[in-house]
Amino acid sequence: MSTLTLPDPARDHISGSADGPVRLLEYGDYECPACGAAQPIVKEIQRRLGDDLCFAFRHFPLTRIHPHSEHAAEAAEAASAQGDFWIMHHALFENQKALEDADLAMYAAELGLDGARLIREVTSSAYALRIREDIRSGLRGGVNGTPTFFIDGARYDGAIDLEHLVSALAIRA
Amino acid sequence: MSTTPTNSGHSSILSPGLRAPDFSLRCKPDQSISLSELRGRSVILAFYPADWSPVCGDQMALYNEILDQFQEFQAELLGISVDGAWCHAAYARQNKLRFPLLADFEPKGAVARAYGVYNQTEGVCERALFVIDPDGLVHWSYVSPVGINPGANGILSALEDLKTKSESAVASQ
Repeated sequence: MSTLTLPDPARDHISGSADGPVRLLEYGDYECPACGAAQPIVKEIQRRLGDDLCFAFRHFPLTRIHPHSEHAAEAAEAASAQGDFWIMHHALFENQKALEDADLAMYAAELGLDGARLIREVTSSAYALRIREDIRSGLRGGVNGTPTFFIDGARYDGAIDLEHLVSALAIRA
Repeated sequence: MSTTPTNSGHSSILSPGLRAPDFSLRCKPDQSISLSELRGRSVILAFYPADWSPVCGDQMALYNEILDQFQEFQAELLGISVDGAWCHAAYARQNKLRFPLLADFEPKGAVARAYGVYNQTEGVCERALFVIDPDGLVHWSYVSPVGINPGANGILSALEDLKTKSESAVASQ
């Protein structure tokens, strides 16, 4: 098993408990409809497992088919630099069809962030290196599309629905 | 589930060390590519069952996204299925693919058979990967389980391995 695909609290965006016994890592793309569809499932899993779950998200933008995905990933990182990755993460998934730069600036403002700074960072690819790191670890860890989930470091190849994911996680809990 | 693909026990798939059979296949309705004309470069052959099916779509979209990483190893990627050249053309256009798709169309599946990756029952290619070295020998081969997108880590490991080998060969000369 690869440690590449275990959540790393030192660098990753973690939701839930960093030392939770069940470790779920998602590689996703904010413009990918399948990732959007997976979000309510992830939220429900988080609700059910509570502090038993360590959930991490890494970027895997497929920019050739999703032209807004790179800037969306940059926006999430830019929000993180202002103190809140997850608030922007959720806003992006809730607005997958409106991810132009102007939309990103608007979400930032609505979320109480500095929209001007955010858009400056987005358009200058301030977090490109980090996003590349995510992609590279994903590729070497076995990401084969989006979303790809890893449970305790092992790629989950089952159906992406609540029932199957919950039972796969239960085995690990 | 291991995240590092190893050969899944297909007895018929061409194994490493064997000469990769030459072929000449249509890459466009009016144009062909033969393996021998790529001698001197590494070649990645990605056999897949069909244009337009969801898993293949993800797999080809992934390779399209990371084509520059394959090119860093001076490797050429060729997709191969039994679909005809016109079907490939439409599929490549729809997905903005930047690498050739070859039509193993007439006689159907002849190249897949030569590589030991033709699925007689379904009448399509298996989802199989080959990395062929610059001398035209198979360096790595892998058949993915049905319905599972193999991702790119096996290909990248094989290309890295080839690079290390050729560097040490140069060093010892």
